[in-house]
Parts: sequence; C-alpha cells; structure tokens
Amino acid sequence: MAVERPLQPLTSPAGDQTRIHDIGYRGYDGPRLGRAYARRSLYSQSLRGAYGLGRSAKSKVLPMLLFAVMCVPAAIMVAVAVATKAHELPVAYTRYAIMLQAVISLYVAAQAPQAVSRDLRFKTVPLYFSRPIETADYVRAKFASLASAIFILTAAPLLVMYVGALLSKLGFAHQTKEFAEGLVSVALLSLLFAGIGLVIAAVTPRRGFGIAAVIAVMVISYGAVSTLQAIANVQNHTSAIPWIGLFSPITLIDGVQSAFLGATARNPGAVDPSAGQGVVYVLVVLALIAGSYGLLIRRYKKVGL
Amino acid sequence: MARITTVVCVTVIATESLSKRFPRVTALDRLSVDIGPGVTGLVGANGAGKSTLIKILLGLSPATEGRAEVLGLDVATKGGAIRERVGYMPEHDCLPPDVSATEFVVHMARMSGLPPTAARERTADTLRHVGLYEERYRPIGGYSTGMKQRVKLAQALVHDPKLVFLDEPTNGLDPVGRDEMLGLIRRIHTEFGISVLVTSHLLGELERTCDHVVVIDGGKLLRSSSTTDFTQTTTTLAIEVTDSDTHPDGTRAVRDALHARGVETENEGAGLPGAGHILLLTAQGEETYDLVRDVVADLGLGLVRMEQRRHHISEVFTSSAEHSGDEQRKEAVRHGG
Repeated sequence: MAVERPLQPLTSPAGDQTRIHDIGYRGYDGPRLGRAYARRSLYSQSLRGAYGLGRSAKSKVLPMLLFAVMCVPAAIMVAVAVATKAHELPVAYTRYAIMLQAVISLYVAAQAPQAVSRDLRFKTVPLYFSRPIETADYVRAKFASLASAIFILTAAPLLVMYVGALLSKLGFAHQTKEFAEGLVSVALLSLLFAGIGLVIAAVTPRRGFGIAAVIAVMVISYGAVSTLQAIANVQNHTSAIPWIGLFSPITLIDGVQSAFLGATARNPGAVDPSAGQGVVYVLVVLALIAGSYGLLIRRYKKVGL
Repeated sequence: MARITTVVCVTVIATESLSKRFPRVTALDRLSVDIGPGVTGLVGANGAGKSTLIKILLGLSPATEGRAEVLGLDVATKGGAIRERVGYMPEHDCLPPDVSATEFVVHMARMSGLPPTAARERTADTLRHVGLYEERYRPIGGYSTGMKQRVKLAQALVHDPKLVFLDEPTNGLDPVGRDEMLGLIRRIHTEFGISVLVTSHLLGELERTCDHVVVIDGGKLLRSSSTTDFTQTTTTLAIEVTDSDTHPDGTRAVRDALHARGVETENEGAGLPGAGHILLLTAQGEETYDLVRDVVADLGLGLVRMEQRRHHISEVFTSSAEHSGDEQRKEAVRHGG
C-alpha cells in the first residue's frame, strides 16, 4: 500500500507559505485504469504484505525470520562445499524444499490467513466488489501473490546454492539443469501450498483458526502419510508406498520430482514412483491447484457484499 | 466553490418493475422509480429491500425480473462501468484497524483504477473534505465511530464518482456526529456535484438532507416525491419574542393578542423544560407574516425569531402508510421518525 508523504515545504520567494488554503472540491478527470490495473495493484500490495512490507514492524518479523531460516542452511552448505572443495553440493536442489518443509508450512500457515482472513474479518471484501474489480480478479490476485511469495521463499535458497556452486566451479551445465529442475519443483510446490493455504484460510475470518488449520492440514497429513509409508515399508508392501504419498502436499511434490525431475524419493524405503504413478501425481497436483482456485471463487461469490 | 455539473441524463437511477425474489422472500416487488440528480433518501424499515436494491444497482446481483439503469447504464450488462462511476459506503464496519486512513484510502483508490500519484492526491483531498486531518496518519483502530464513518465515506468518494450509495451513514453516531454527517452528505451534492442515494430508517434525518425521498416497504414503492412536496402544503411559523417591563411574559402577550385576532397558536415542546418560549402557528399566506410583525411591534417587544418550520415527513409517511394497511410496518417506521 502506497504511503502518502507529507509535502516538503518549498522554498518560495514569498517566504512563509505554510498555511493551507481550502481551494474547494476538485473533480478527477484523469485516467481510470480499470480492472487489470486494479488486479495488478492488489497483487503487488498482497505480495509486499506477505513479507510485511508496507505493514507494521511487528508483521515483518515472522516472514523475514522464516526467509532467513530458509536461506542460512543454503549459505552454510555453499560455504562448506567451497571450503572442502567438494565435487557436489551436499544437498540436491530438489531436496532442499523437502528438507525444510516445516519452515515452508509455517510460512504458509502465517501468511495465507494474513492474505485473506483480514479482508473477511474486517468485512473489507464488499469494498473491493463495489469497484470494477470482480471475484475472479480478487481471487487471482491473492492466489498469485501468495504463490509468488512462497516461490520467493523457496527459490531464494536454491539461487544461493546455484551461485555458490558456480563460484566453486562445479560443472555449469550440470548445475544449471539441476537448478532448473529445482525451480520447476518449487514453482509447483508454491502453487499447491498457496492453493491449499488460501482455501483453508478463506473459510474462517479468524486468523488464529486459519493458522492452526493450515498447520494441522500440512503437518497431520504428512505425519499420517509418513507413518503409513513406514509401516508399508516394514511389512514389505513397498509398491503401496508411492500411492500413499498422494495424500499429503509435500509427498505429492516429492513424488512429482522423483518421477520427472531427477530427484530421489524421500519416503521410507526410498521408493521412486513409476512413470505411470508419476503421471497420476502430476494430475493430482494440477487438480488440487485448479480445485482450490474453483473453491476460492465459490467462496467469494458468497461473501461479496 | 461549487463544481458545475453538466447533467446529460436527467435520471440518475431508473428502475422498471424491478423484482428480486429469493426462495422464501420477495425482497423487491415490481419496483418502478425514477431518481434524478441531487440527494435522494431511500426510506424503509429494516428488511424493506433497501440493501437488495443497492446490490442490484451496483450490478452485483441479477434482478429476477424487470430492469434498472444507473447513469444511463443497464445494471444487467454494464455492471463494471457502473461500479467505475459509482461509490458505495456500506452500512457495516469495513475498515482494517491496523492501517492508517491514508494508506487504506490510497489502496481503495487504486482498486478503483486511479494511477498511484492520482490515488495519493485524491486521498489527501478527500480525507480533508470529509474532515480528517492529522489523525489520518494514525491506525484506524484508534478512531472514534464518527471518524470511522468519515473514512468509509472518503473511500466511497475518492475516485470522484458521479453517484454515491450511502447505506445508513448515520448509524451509531451521536446527535452531533449525526448532524455533521448529514451536513457532509448535503455538501457532497452542493459542493462536490455528486448525486447521492442515502438509505435510512430514520425519516427525520432525510427531511433535512434530501431533495427527494423514496419510501419503500416490503419491496414495494410506497411513495416517491420531492421533500418540498412532502412538506410544503402547509407552513408552520415558529416565533420567539423578548420580554419587556410592560409585558413580563412576552410570549403570552403575543399569544393573547394573536388569539384576539382569531389566530390559533400552540406551544412548542409543551411539557419540556424551556417550553413556552416558542409559539407555533399555521401560516395562511403572506398576511400572516405581516400580522405577526404588527402584533409584536404594537406590543413593543423584540422579535427574536420568526422562521418556517416544515412539517415532518413522518406525518406524511404515516398517513400514506395507513393506506397500505400494514400496521406493524408503519409502527416500525414511525419509531424511526
């Protein structure tokens, strides 16, 4: 949100000109930039808001802290790789987000309600919809801004690793390919997490409930899936492991990238999904993203005005 | 400095047998009304269909049947264009407490399509016009109800609309705040040149503020006419005089003198403290004014005031509500008046 700056006193020949003269009402004849502009403005305002920019100092703390937590391990890895003259980074690009999934979940839990619950709670939504902007514009702007914010959070450490890898002269072509695969993976992750987070947060005007619900969905689903996979592994039903992975957001991303993006599955038993299963994974991810968009549109058709 | 508005279309809002039916309720029932430029009051008891009408006029909810135009644009097809030229102030709270009025209104200006610089300039202007000065840099959470209402009004005006819908703008305000808000609403038309549709369930307020009043009840049009039509049929004169040594009770002396000439008077606010100092009488025409002047002069008293008191719309409304035969609703509205 842009902040109005108080006018700087001009050095005028007339000297003291600090009095405000009421010149009456002036109309506005300038351009009206319409829906697309309003959508872009809402997008950038929400994206900035996701990192606390343009908001109170207090609301900058958590997102900035989580951003630092995401980047510091990458920086350390790079430092270690450079110092030990390793031939490979200690952690693959595609594995990094999976490794720090708790941090990402926490970020989504904190920022998804921030993005939508405030407007619901303070009933600001009708003010948007009494303007040229429509339900779809609002939902797209919010969805895109949260997805972008998560992408920044997850892609920044990959960038740190990539730059570090290039500086320590680890093969350029190889690193670039893996970095690109990592970016595709976190892009999918961003869209998926943003969708799930927003759908949950948009149900409740209470921010606290939103945070708790997002954490619950992310953590409980991952815990349940991991446990079932571990049991399946112990009982030698390894073929079931990829199928179980379809039921939590982070294992979905893990499945997609281990099927198509050259990653190794992080599930118990390290069972990579087959190509067929990989297709199912991709379809489920896309269906979830599209589904959450559809649910959000439905939700906002109801709450408008 | 009043802005000169060239009014292209004489009707700002036009509806033609507009109906809105929900599965169990009929919110609007074949409503046909034409509203011109100026300040128009939309009166009705709670649930009379006021909010439904505004929603349809903003192009946000399709009518079940009939049609409506706002600024010459069809609500069914030109919703976006209408919302670009119209402002809306909701009845309920709609302000985030953790941002300043300036930040909030700038954001809302941009949502209306104003470029960043224009959004900031218009915000500063608009907040000043609604009467928010230094406090506009502080978070809204610390504002009084009156200040919050001003911010809500500012966000409806910031994009310089041709027409604003104000939904119950005086709700929750104390008498002083109410008067200030009504004065502001009047200025929106006279100084800013913006037409206003203001809803209220309080008839007395609209009498002072509006050029035109539309009364709806149960989704039906009960009455639509200008406020002068409502109240011009008879004029009540209010007179206040000084006391003198020869007439220690000046008011009484004038009353007796007037009675002697066959003019009936009544005391304003009988039974209330300070009552009896103002006489009310019905003006039959020019000669009544002359008569009062002469009587007061003959008695050697000073005339403190002689002013026209318009009849209250509520009286007129009550009599038209009686025709509708809906005692309960009439009662509800009369409480509002």
